[in-house]
Amino acid sequence: MAMKSKSGISKIMMALAIILIITGAVAAYYALTPKTQTITLNGAGATFPEPLIKKWASEYNKINHSIVIDYQGIGSGGGIQQIKEKIVDFAGTDAPVKDEDMTTGYLVHIPETLGAVVVAYNIPGYTETLKLDGDTIAKIFLGNITKWNDPEIVALNPGLIDINQDILVAHRSDGSGTTYIFTDYLSRINEEWAKRVGKGKSVNWPVGVGAQGNPGVAGIVKNYHYSIGYMEITYAMLNNITYAWIKNEFSGEFIEPTLESISKAAKGFLNQMKNDVRLSIVNSPEPDSYPITSFTYILLYKEMNVYGEKMDMGKAKALLDFMWWIVHDGQDYSEGLYYAKLPQEVIEICEELLRSITYNGQHIITS
Amino acid sequence: MPHSFFLFRKIKLKKIKRILSGDFIFKNITLIFALFVLSLAILVFYELYSRSQLSINKFGLGFLFGREWDPVQGIFGALPFIYGTVTSSIIALMIAVPISLGIAIYLSELAPGYLRSPLSFMVELLAAVPSVVYGLWGLFVMVPWIRDYLQPFLESILGFLPFFQGPKFGIGMLAGGIILAIMIIPTISAVSREVMLAVPNAQREAAFAIGATRWEMIRVSVFKYAKTGIIGAILLGLGRALGETMAVIMVIGNRPNISLSLFEPAYTMSGVIASEYVEATQELYLSALIEIGLLLFIITLLMNIFARLLVWRMMKIFRGAKE
Repeated sequence: MAMKSKSGISKIMMALAIILIITGAVAAYYALTPKTQTITLNGAGATFPEPLIKKWASEYNKINHSIVIDYQGIGSGGGIQQIKEKIVDFAGTDAPVKDEDMTTGYLVHIPETLGAVVVAYNIPGYTETLKLDGDTIAKIFLGNITKWNDPEIVALNPGLIDINQDILVAHRSDGSGTTYIFTDYLSRINEEWAKRVGKGKSVNWPVGVGAQGNPGVAGIVKNYHYSIGYMEITYAMLNNITYAWIKNEFSGEFIEPTLESISKAAKGFLNQMKNDVRLSIVNSPEPDSYPITSFTYILLYKEMNVYGEKMDMGKAKALLDFMWWIVHDGQDYSEGLYYAKLPQEVIEICEELLRSITYNGQHIITS
Repeated sequence: MPHSFFLFRKIKLKKIKRILSGDFIFKNITLIFALFVLSLAILVFYELYSRSQLSINKFGLGFLFGREWDPVQGIFGALPFIYGTVTSSIIALMIAVPISLGIAIYLSELAPGYLRSPLSFMVELLAAVPSVVYGLWGLFVMVPWIRDYLQPFLESILGFLPFFQGPKFGIGMLAGGIILAIMIIPTISAVSREVMLAVPNAQREAAFAIGATRWEMIRVSVFKYAKTGIIGAILLGLGRALGETMAVIMVIGNRPNISLSLFEPAYTMSGVIASEYVEATQELYLSALIEIGLLLFIITLLMNIFARLLVWRMMKIFRGAKE
């Protein structure tokens, strides 16, 4: 017995020794290989711009091999939390951060692209494009309009007069920037919506069924006849989902959601944007613009020394160079991935914002 | 003197040997692991409690009875979620218990030998299917079936009851209950089969000896003997139903809603945490979600402790009876 247990122990010791040797070798390997000067920039946040930011990261790495950019789509809330805890160098968010919530230093908002929300529907046998205005959408999502042949819908779409069917309303169950944009628009247009529901990433929905993520809502709209739901335009385009044209309240035209009509929404607010880019651009007065549109932002500290030892002038410069590239050359990659380009006037505002960022009081971008 | 000195040395050596022996070291290492699990549970509880302070202080007991969940205005009440979790689990039990007991009886008492192990293996295999797969199947296959066949059928024969009125979209409380039932059937049937197999054969023979039919034998000797264990199995299933998240999210409709109708959408406690936690940016909102987690933790913990105790007691009695 004693012999047996001894040999058992010696086996364990052998195993331990082997593990030690291997770890030692690996450590030595890393200690001895010469370090290449790479700078890693970490970002986290909104899932909506994630594919675009990842594309930018890989393209930028091709030009500047020494810069590695990592972005994790963990949601806007998570991104804001991580930049406040100084875990990440930049964060992505769909909804802007208010001044009073910037407890760890002022955060500069850089609009990097525009997002839009489309109203998708499934009416079997109806081949025309559904046309809606904000008031009607609000009433459908409030439960005041429950049938497809309601006079208010028929007034916009005469072809629906015979569709005597209940509307199945689908909305997001998870907290989401998409919901924020959509409810922001409805609050702007419809007073009852503003009072009863309001705007937010999650709201208290009066009717309908909740589904997880864009795929969840799209799954319901695709599978259920006579349903309606809202989703991110990129998702709808990539998955061939039919969506409605929405009335522009100022021109009275029904606007097809396209990358161009989304870009135009920003042009209606240029003067206000020069004071503060953190504004809502839903229901834009620009005549041909699609009304359910929003910026999505990258957050950066205005004073980079809040990171302490983790930041130096070189890294801050690399970070801002990347941001500068995003709002200029990076914009050329947007439309290929179904994201709207920033209008030239907005790019100029972004330039000013990037110039305002400092490290130890020194401006980083001097050109 | 020399004698006692040697004795002392001998004892000391023995002691040292004992301390250095593999058994002793092994025992203590495993003890540390065991304590680690325990401390993990305590830490989880503490963490949930301390992080939900904000919401506990603001809403107090009213949190349990509040019917409104409005993140925009910062009003949070957990009742619709408690209702959704409890009701969907009860529906699941009402469907799963008879089926599972049927499976267990067949496998332990009636099935021919060559069918027993393949069938029990298949039933247990069902427990290994990831819940998101059940959810996808539920959304794309089961829910349309419920909408097109089950709901019209239920409404036509039981439509006078408030439970079977309302919109017929397929998605809703009923779909949530059915998907949960499918998911807990393997748990309940596997554990009850074990418990029934543990009933001493002498019991069965005794029942047959006094002229019982097979059903009477099952009722008198197997059920009576295995009662506590079966209840334990059911509670284990209930524990799983209470905590199940992904599959339910996909079919239950996710609207905090308290309605007698089983066709209406509902929301569960685990569902709201999974859905809303990621984008909950206000402190109070986050705290309210964590408090829901705390409630769920307490409910499932109590349920599981109770179930385990029943099963253990049961096994002890059998061991006593066999010896």
